Amino acid sequence: MTVPLGAYVAVSAALFFIGCAGVLVRRNAVVILMCVELMLNAANLALVAFSRKYGSIDERGSVFVIFVFVIAAAEVAVGLGIILSAYRNRPVVNVDEIHQMRG
Amino acid sequence: MISLVWLIPALPLAAFLVNGLFGRRWLGHLTGVIASAAVGLSALLAIGVFLDVLGGKTQTVVSLYRWIAVGDFSINVSALVDPLSSTMLLVVTVVSFLIFVYANGYMAHDAGFYRFFTWLSLFVFAMLVLVMADNYLLMFVGWEGVGLCSYLLIGFWFERPEPYYAAKKAFVMNRIGDWGYTIGIITIFLVFGSMNFLDVFTRLATSSIAQGPLTLICLALFFGATGKSAQLPLYSWLPDAMEGPTPVSALIHAATMVTSGVYLVARSMPLFEAAGPSLQVVGIVGAITAIFAATIALVQFDIKRVMAYSTVSQLGYMFLALGVGAPAAAIFHLATHAFFKALLFLGSGSVIHGLGGEQDMRKMGGLRRKMPVTFWTMLIAGGALAALPPLAGFWSKDEILGAAFTNGQLVLYAIGIVTAILTAFYVTRALWMTFYGEPRDHHLYDHAHESPRVMTLPLITLAAGSAVLGIVIGFPPEGGFIHRFLAPVVEAAGVAERTPELATIVVLAFVSVLAGLIGIAVGLSMYVRHRPDPAALTRAAGPVYRVLVNKYYVDELYDHRFVEAARAFAGVAWAFDIHIIDGLANRLGWALAMGGQGLRRAQTGIVGNYALTIVAGLLLILVAYGGYAAGILGR
Repeated sequence: MTVPLGAYVAVSAALFFIGCAGVLVRRNAVVILMCVELMLNAANLALVAFSRKYGSIDERGSVFVIFVFVIAAAEVAVGLGIILSAYRNRPVVNVDEIHQMRG
Repeated sequence: MISLVWLIPALPLAAFLVNGLFGRRWLGHLTGVIASAAVGLSALLAIGVFLDVLGGKTQTVVSLYRWIAVGDFSINVSALVDPLSSTMLLVVTVVSFLIFVYANGYMAHDAGFYRFFTWLSLFVFAMLVLVMADNYLLMFVGWEGVGLCSYLLIGFWFERPEPYYAAKKAFVMNRIGDWGYTIGIITIFLVFGSMNFLDVFTRLATSSIAQGPLTLICLALFFGATGKSAQLPLYSWLPDAMEGPTPVSALIHAATMVTSGVYLVARSMPLFEAAGPSLQVVGIVGAITAIFAATIALVQFDIKRVMAYSTVSQLGYMFLALGVGAPAAAIFHLATHAFFKALLFLGSGSVIHGLGGEQDMRKMGGLRRKMPVTFWTMLIAGGALAALPPLAGFWSKDEILGAAFTNGQLVLYAIGIVTAILTAFYVTRALWMTFYGEPRDHHLYDHAHESPRVMTLPLITLAAGSAVLGIVIGFPPEGGFIHRFLAPVVEAAGVAERTPELATIVVLAFVSVLAGLIGIAVGLSMYVRHRPDPAALTRAAGPVYRVLVNKYYVDELYDHRFVEAARAFAGVAWAFDIHIIDGLANRLGWALAMGGQGLRRAQTGIVGNYALTIVAGLLLILVAYGGYAAGILGR
């Protein structure tokens, strides 16, 4: 049996909004980073699904997913780096307490 | 030799660069030697060029490079070597050299020694460019250059306020004259399509040009000349320019720069000849200036100011000569005047130097015993100025008066004769008050001393020139060497020089010598025998004397009419600048700052807020896009 496209899109959207809500609601920087990962992978899921459905000759959407992986890896590296250096300055991981950049 | 003519200005330019770049730190008093040597070499080259021209090369154009090229119009940096310019080259370089040597002594104790010789070299360079240029635009470069150097050198002692104000006055008045010059060359370009002297004169001869523009050109150029050559109405900067060091007064404000207006008119003689009434204007302005300045010189007590007004007066004579159509006589007087007036100034400088800076003739007297060389040389120069035969001034001034007479300008001739009497009087007065009688200030007298050799040698050389130059190049009258030499230029200008009969010449000469002797006799009678006593005469003349001492209140009039108006306008312009221009800029900056203050609140520094904003933006885009898509589908 084949899973219909709508199901993939529904899962993807659900994942995306879970991640989004996590970014907005949570205070722990590491958890926020994980939620961003979730959003990226929701996008990946949608890309792969559409690619499979419509990309009959070459699956360009899947190639794009590779790029997203790479970007995600870089993003995690940079994001963790920022969190670590912020932690070294002040031992907090709660993003609401890091607001020295206020204008 | 003519092909090397470009070296003549190049040497002073090189001296200017070397002195300006290295003078302060490394060269010190060597700057004077470098500058003098450069100008001396230029003088030798100028003699060579002069001999070449004498040998028959009456018109050579030496091109260096093309300066401006726009379509058909082009201007070269090139030298026009003809009798007129080679005479000027010779006068400028020789007199400059002597004054440079003198200045080595005069300025020896001045802290600004290197600066003095730097500007002086630049001045000579600019003056030579002015003289050699083969077109009006390049001449204008030199014209502005000498104006700049004049400004810098009048204000040489800028620590004191008077030289600084005098420099500013000279500069502004020259700028007013330059406005006329600019109008002149623009009109020349519009009418003739060229600024080259020879092209303009050829086109003038071959095509018919309307009188209107031609007269405008001539009057505009002459207005420029009145600024540079200190004629009415723009003369009043020159007496104030005496605040500069004395060698500057001698070189720039007596011998060379102030004659550049005369040179300009002489060079443009074909235009003036063709433009009818403008030549008459030149003659009248010259004559009025001559007598006007001479009357002021009668009552001045500052020795340099007497000489300054005398210079204005003598320049008036030169314009008078040009106005009656005798350019050769004008250039002749220019050359002799350069020698004897430079000598009078340097002699005054020697007196001032010997008295430790005193310029007031009322504190001098009896100095002939202390400064014999200065006395004798100044006596020769004074005789030349008073036009006593056989000294130089006699021959040239007599030719000017003779030309006025033979061309039927009897009013101008009469003014010239009266001015000659006044001239002889004031020079007698000045020399008497300085060198004869009893010392009036014993403290100054006791410390007076003759100047060093480096200053007296130029005096003696100039005295020799003042004595014999006239008879060497001006004899016989109206047909002397200078006339034959300048003939190609004069003939090209279309000037018909009338040679009067011998009897007329003798009678005219007799009259002018008589005029000089009357002036001297009155001067001696007043100051030796006190008959009439100068002080009593002063009281008797009352209001007339006050008008003369106050220089006809011209400075006050100019202050009242023009300077105050200019100040008022400057005030309005200042207010506009402060309130409108600056106001706009400030208001704009203030508005941006306020906007920034408002927007600053958006930057909370809390990551959650930023994330929320991003998501809100994303939702907004989605909604908008959804609405758009729905619109398309619904159609």
